Amino acid sequence: MDNRFLTDNRDLPFCKGCGHTGIATCTERALQKLGFDPLDVIFVTDIGCHGIIDKSLRSHTVHGLHGRSVALAGGIAAGLGQRSDKKVIVFIGDGGATIGMQHLLVAAHHNFPMTVVIHNNMLYGMTGGQPSEFTPTGFNTPAIQRSAAGAIDMVKLMEAAGATYVSRLTGIGDFTDALAEAFAHPGFSVVEVMEICTSYGVKSNPGMKLKQVVEAAGLHPYKNIRPSNTSDHAFEAYSGYQNSLITDKLKVEKEFEPVIKGTVRILLSGSASEGVQSAAEFLARTAMMSGLFSTKKGHYPVTVGVGFSVAEVIISDQPIFYTGSTHPDFMVITSKDGLDYAMPRIKNAIDSVVILDSTLEAPETKARIVTADLRAMAGSRNVAMMSIFWLIHNYGILSEESLHTAYGRNKLSAKVPISTFTDKL
Amino acid sequence: MTETSQKQMAFIDGSRLIIEASVRAGAGVYIGYPITPANLLYSYANQRFPAMLAAPDEITALQWMSGYASLGILPVTATAFPGYSLMIESINMAMMMELPMVIILAQRLGPATGTATAGAQGDIAVVHGTVSGGYPLPTFCISNLDDCWELTEKAVKTAISLRTPVVLLSSKEMIMTQMSYDLSKLSEISPAVWKHFDGVSDFKPYETDESLIPDFLPLSQNKHQVRFTASTHNKEGILQNTTPEALANSSRLKAKIEKHAESFLYYDFDHQQGADTVVMSFDITAQAAREAVQRLRSEGRKVSLLIAKTLFPIPEKYHEILDTFSKVVIAEENLGGQYRHLLFGSQIPSHIKGVNAIGRMIQPEEIMKEVKSNG
Ligand code: SF4
Repeated sequence: MDNRFLTDNRDLPFCKGCGHTGIATCTERALQKLGFDPLDVIFVTDIGCHGIIDKSLRSHTVHGLHGRSVALAGGIAAGLGQRSDKKVIVFIGDGGATIGMQHLLVAAHHNFPMTVVIHNNMLYGMTGGQPSEFTPTGFNTPAIQRSAAGAIDMVKLMEAAGATYVSRLTGIGDFTDALAEAFAHPGFSVVEVMEICTSYGVKSNPGMKLKQVVEAAGLHPYKNIRPSNTSDHAFEAYSGYQNSLITDKLKVEKEFEPVIKGTVRILLSGSASEGVQSAAEFLARTAMMSGLFSTKKGHYPVTVGVGFSVAEVIISDQPIFYTGSTHPDFMVITSKDGLDYAMPRIKNAIDSVVILDSTLEAPETKARIVTADLRAMAGSRNVAMMSIFWLIHNYGILSEESLHTAYGRNKLSAKVPISTFTDKL
Repeated sequence: MTETSQKQMAFIDGSRLIIEASVRAGAGVYIGYPITPANLLYSYANQRFPAMLAAPDEITALQWMSGYASLGILPVTATAFPGYSLMIESINMAMMMELPMVIILAQRLGPATGTATAGAQGDIAVVHGTVSGGYPLPTFCISNLDDCWELTEKAVKTAISLRTPVVLLSSKEMIMTQMSYDLSKLSEISPAVWKHFDGVSDFKPYETDESLIPDFLPLSQNKHQVRFTASTHNKEGILQNTTPEALANSSRLKAKIEKHAESFLYYDFDHQQGADTVVMSFDITAQAAREAVQRLRSEGRKVSLLIAKTLFPIPEKYHEILDTFSKVVIAEENLGGQYRHLLFGSQIPSHIKGVNAIGRMIQPEEIMKEVKSNG
C-alpha cells in the first residue's frame, strides 16, 4: 500500500516556522502508524491558512465554509456510521472554532466518529492577525492590543459537551503518538494544538516564547480519556419506521347520500383546548362519507394551547380549489376568543348565519344571529363537537345517520358517549 | 366498474404526500430543525425516512446534509424564512461543491419572525437571489396536492441528475390544509439513480463531458481521490485564484443549469381560444386563480390560465406565453408582486397587472375583479 498522505514534493503552503507544518507532518506519521490507506481518510478543512493544505493531501479532501467544517464532517461521520473503517479528520483554526463553536459542542455531544484538530495560534492569521475567543490576556495581536476577555479553555468546554477524548498539547517537536491516540479513539476526539503564527504572533509579541504564553494563560498540556459509548449513538437512534405514509387507513368510503347541492362553508371559531380543530376535521371527514369533497384549514396563535382556535371547513359536491372562506355560510362562535377573532367577518357578513353561544354578547351585523346553549349542553371541552351536532341537526347539511356512524368510529366516542350531544338537541 | 368506485378518497394534507414522494424518489435522510409552518413535514419525515437527524440549528442542518450528500445519500430538509436565511451561505457551498439536496421552503408571513402561523409568498425574491453571483438555483413551486407528489419527485430527481441543491417552494396553507384527495391519482415513483464515475484511471471530480454535469463518486469509496471544494477551484477540486480554468468551472455551474432547464420545466397552461387575458399564479394562490378562471368562464368571459411550477431559473416559455396576451394578471401573496417584478423588471408594462395581499389568502373574487377591470 502506498501510504503517503502528503504529496511527493511535500510542499506545504505555510510560512516558515508556522506551527501548521508540524501538525501536517505529525498527522501523516500518525495515520501511517495506524495503518490507514490514504483513501480511507477524509480530511475536512476549515477556512484559514491551515485549510490551504488540501492540495498537499493525497486523501479525500472537503473544503467548505468558515467555522462549519466540524458540522460538515459531522454529516459525513453520521452518514458513514459508527462502525465505519473510514477516518474523518477536521482541521480547524481557533478562528473557525470561535465562529463554529456550537458545531464542536454538538459533534462531541453526538459522539460523531471523527477527530477535530484545532490549530490554535491564538489569532486569525489569514486575515491579518485579529484576536479570536482563544487569544489569551497578554498576547498581543496586530489588530487589537491585548484581549481583555482572555482565552476560552476549549478542552474543558468539550469535556462538558461529552467529548470522551480531549487533549491539549504544545505543538513543538514530534507529537505523532498523541495524534495517533486521538485518531484511534472510538467516537469523537478533539486535540487542541497550541502553536504560533510566525507572521503575526511573533511580530506582535517580540521575544515571547510559545511555552511562556501557554503557561501564563494557564493553557497547560492536558488530556482526559473516558470510555466512549459507541453503541448508543444519538445520531443513529432517530432511524424511522419506514412504513408508507399512504395507507388504506386514510381512505374514507362513500356510504351515504349527500343532502346538499353546491358548496357550504363553515367557520368554527372558539378557544384552544375546546376541540375546534378535531371537530372541524371530523366534520370534513363525515362529509366525505356522503361522497362530498371537503377541505379544512386551521388558524391559531403560535402558542397552540391558549387563545383562539379557528377552523374553516368547506364541503361541496364539486371539486374545491380555493380553500379559504371569506364569507362563510355558517359561523359558529363558541367562545369569547372565537368571537374576537371572527368579529371583522361577522361585521361584514350579510348572508351568513352566525350561531353564537348564548353566553356571548351579540355583535352588530346584518347577518342572522342564532343563539344556542352550546357550552352548557356538552361542557367547554366538547363545545366544538357539540356545535357540529347542533349544526347538522338544525340545518341538515349532512344526514344525521352519517353523523352518528362517523361519531361511532371517532376515538372521542370511547370517552364521550354520543348521548352527550344527541340528548340535548 | 364506474369511475367513482375506482376512486380512493382520503382526507390528507400536502406534507404527507411530499414526504412520501421524496422517500420513494430516493431521498435517504431528513435533517430537521423545527419551525412553523414546516413541522408537519418534520413529523412525517420522522415516521418515514430511512434516517432522521434533529439538527441544533439550520446552518448545521445544511452542513449535515452536505456531509450525507457527499456520500451519495440524498438529504431533505424543510424550513421557513428565518431558517432559510441561515442556510444561504451553506446552499452556496453545496451548489459550488455540486452536492444534490432538496430544501423545502414553507413560506410564512415576514419580515423577520413575522407571523409564524400565517401563510405568505414573500420569499420569492430571496430564493431568486440565494446564490452570490446570480447562479440559478432550480426552484419548484407546489400548486395543489397533485404537485405535492409529482413535483417532489421531480425536485429529488433534478437535484440528483444535475448535482445541485433544489428549492421546493410552498407555503403554510398549501402544506397544512387538509383536503379530500383521490389516492388512486398517485403515480408510481421509482428511485433516482446517481451517475457514478466508472472509469479506471484518472478521476477529476469537476471534469465534465458536454452534459456539463460531473460524474459523482462518494467519499466512502477508496478507488479514487475525491475533493469537494466551496472555494473557486479547478477540475481537480483544488482551490485556485481566478485562473482561467477555475473561472470556467464556476461559469459552468450556471451553464449546467441553463443547459438542462428544459428537463425541469413544469407549468400548467390552460389556454382558452379567443382569450386576450391570462391569469398567472403559483403556490396556494394558484387555487384561487383556478377557481377565478372557472367562474369567469361560466360567466361567459374568455380567459386563460398559467400556473407556474418551475419558478427559477425563470423559463423563457413563460414570456412566450404571456407575450401573446394583451392583459396579464399575476396573483401572488406579497406586497408589490415579487415574481411579477422578476419577470418584467422595475418598470412593469401597463398591461401587466398584479393582485397582491399579505396576511391572508388572495380570494378568487379579487382576481376576477382585476380581470374584469378596464384599467
Ligand atoms: S500567516 Fe501565520 S498562520 Fe498563516 S501560514 Fe503564516 S505563520 Fe502560519
